[in-house]
Amino acid sequence: MSTVPMDAGRNSASGAPGPTWRERLARISPILILAPSLAASFVYIFVFTIWTLYISLSNSSLLPSYGFIGLDNYVSLWSNRRWNIAYSNLFFFSAFYIVGAMGIGLLLAILIDQRVRGEAIWRTIFLYPLAVSFIVTGTVWSWLYNPTDGIQMLVRSLGWTHFNFALASDRSTAIYAIIITGIWQSSGFAMALFLAGLRSVDQDLIKAAQIDGASTFRTYRRVILPIISPIFLAVAVVQIQFAIKTFDLVAALTRGGPGISTTFPAIYVYDLMFQRGQIGEGAAAAMMMLAALAVVLVPYALFVVWRHRRESRP
Amino acid sequence: MSSLNIRNLRKSFGAVEVLKGINIEARTGEFIALVGPSGCGKSTLLAMIAGLESVSEGEIRIGDRLVNSVAPKDRDIAMVFQSYALYPTMTVRENITFGMESRGVPKPQRDEAVKRVAALLQIEPLLKRKPGQLSGGQRQRVAMGRALVRDPKLFLFDEPLSNLDAKLRVDMRTEIKKLHHRVGKTTVYVTHDQVEAMTLASRIAVMHQGQVQQFDEPQVVYDRPANMFVAGFMGSPAMNFIPATLTTDAEGKPAVSFKATGGTAVLTLQDGISPGAAGRDVILGVRPEHIFRYSHELKASKKSIASVDAPVEMVEPTGAETIGLMRFGELEVTGRFDPDEAPRMGETITLGIDMSHACLFDPVTRNLI
Repeated sequence: MSTVPMDAGRNSASGAPGPTWRERLARISPILILAPSLAASFVYIFVFTIWTLYISLSNSSLLPSYGFIGLDNYVSLWSNRRWNIAYSNLFFFSAFYIVGAMGIGLLLAILIDQRVRGEAIWRTIFLYPLAVSFIVTGTVWSWLYNPTDGIQMLVRSLGWTHFNFALASDRSTAIYAIIITGIWQSSGFAMALFLAGLRSVDQDLIKAAQIDGASTFRTYRRVILPIISPIFLAVAVVQIQFAIKTFDLVAALTRGGPGISTTFPAIYVYDLMFQRGQIGEGAAAAMMMLAALAVVLVPYALFVVWRHRRESRP
Repeated sequence: MSSLNIRNLRKSFGAVEVLKGINIEARTGEFIALVGPSGCGKSTLLAMIAGLESVSEGEIRIGDRLVNSVAPKDRDIAMVFQSYALYPTMTVRENITFGMESRGVPKPQRDEAVKRVAALLQIEPLLKRKPGQLSGGQRQRVAMGRALVRDPKLFLFDEPLSNLDAKLRVDMRTEIKKLHHRVGKTTVYVTHDQVEAMTLASRIAVMHQGQVQQFDEPQVVYDRPANMFVAGFMGSPAMNFIPATLTTDAEGKPAVSFKATGGTAVLTLQDGISPGAAGRDVILGVRPEHIFRYSHELKASKKSIASVDAPVEMVEPTGAETIGLMRFGELEVTGRFDPDEAPRMGETITLGIDMSHACLFDPVTRNLI
């Protein structure tokens, strides 16, 4: 065993002269610097979440009020067909949007990783949609989907006079129009993250796999992709929160229509709170959005903790 | 029968030629060390043998097969990387079996092979762990296990010990040597550490500036270095180079003379060496261990000892031996002394030089005479 005195650390703290003001400043300055943003995060996240939770249990209408009415707002919310559609739209959209954007992003990243010519150009092209706001994306794609002056019109003018492409104007397919547009917008972002991950993989591992006789496909599946699995998580988390607060994309693309077929929770919350003056029920809807996020993230967090515990065991 | 044959191999990256006509051949079961300073091309050469770098010119044969354009997986080789290159997300067992899995070896056979290799390297308790949970030495073993499990024609090692601490490195070196004895596979081992090369190899290829400077057995490379680069690179502390002139001694035998501190020193060459006419400039190469404190008993027992007087400038005790720095005119000369007869700083010592081990080099071509 080493003979370093066990109380070496304590000595300096309880030692003869107290810490100088300079030492004190050094100890306290990180706290000082972090305090404002910590306080702001605390207020904006926890205080407002709790406040919203309370409002959702109150009889607030046009203005917040604090008469407790229990779960009435939730009951009324769930008895509304439009909310039910919005909530199931959210899950449907999120699943396809996240899987689609990650799948296409990963595919693009792997293709670019093959040392293609003009890599920087491809990267810029695929990343560009991210620089466009959802409002602009929604508006431009709403023109493309528009049967009278969009893609359908273009193809028909080329001679295919019976060509049909009116995704956004059919209530059963409008949700797919939103999914496709969402994927177009954010697969470049996924690609950029995946590409950075692929490039960070130790080249020796790839050489080792080559000598081991693994095909390119097997090398990606068994060696490279498992290594960059944390990036899948990062991309998924960013996109889940994109998906759940989806508002402007839908607002610009379909305005929740045709009918109520593409209503989303965020649009519904906005409607209740600021158009119809039902703040209590709006807050209840907002809490349900939080619950949707929790349904995904809480099990994941538990899984991470469990896996960490299992691996740190010898 | 040779299991590796490299003929006139060249490699260029653009206009830069990094390998300039390499010729090396390894007999079956031989342990070849490629040694040289960084940037000499040794790692590029290994990557070319592995098939990870393309061949610009020349040929590589493994067994009797020309493999210039054969994919790495079809060359029947196994490689241990400097970084070990263990797959971080797989367990030790999966790391070892990944190659067999890729080649479609059935599971019972894979388990059998893992059992054999794990027993050989004593890594059975580690099979379920991930590389991140292993120490440096354990990772090294697993990396060797992954290579051994394949039973290839040729083993390639790329500086496998350079990431280990000094003590572990010596232990693993011994283990690699034992392992090679037991397995008996042809091995090519890249290192920048001349001690590793000396201890492990059956033959050493010393490389410098993209060329093989000398390719021979370790003791020959050490005793009769082909040129001044090899002489200076192999051995630590390095060989002393003393500019001198050929002459004859009092008895008329061939000798070298140079300016020492107290006047001109004349050292008689070993019998049988006739390096050329008197007056020719040469460089005398003497290893530090062939310089010691002169005594008449030594002279009586060994005729080839010459003596020189020199002031001692610096003394560095290392425990087992003491390194002394002596001044020969404008030169500093290193000697390795027994601690019992170590010189003291400031003393003027009479040095004995064992001329039977001295080398002479041409000052222009820098080659051994």
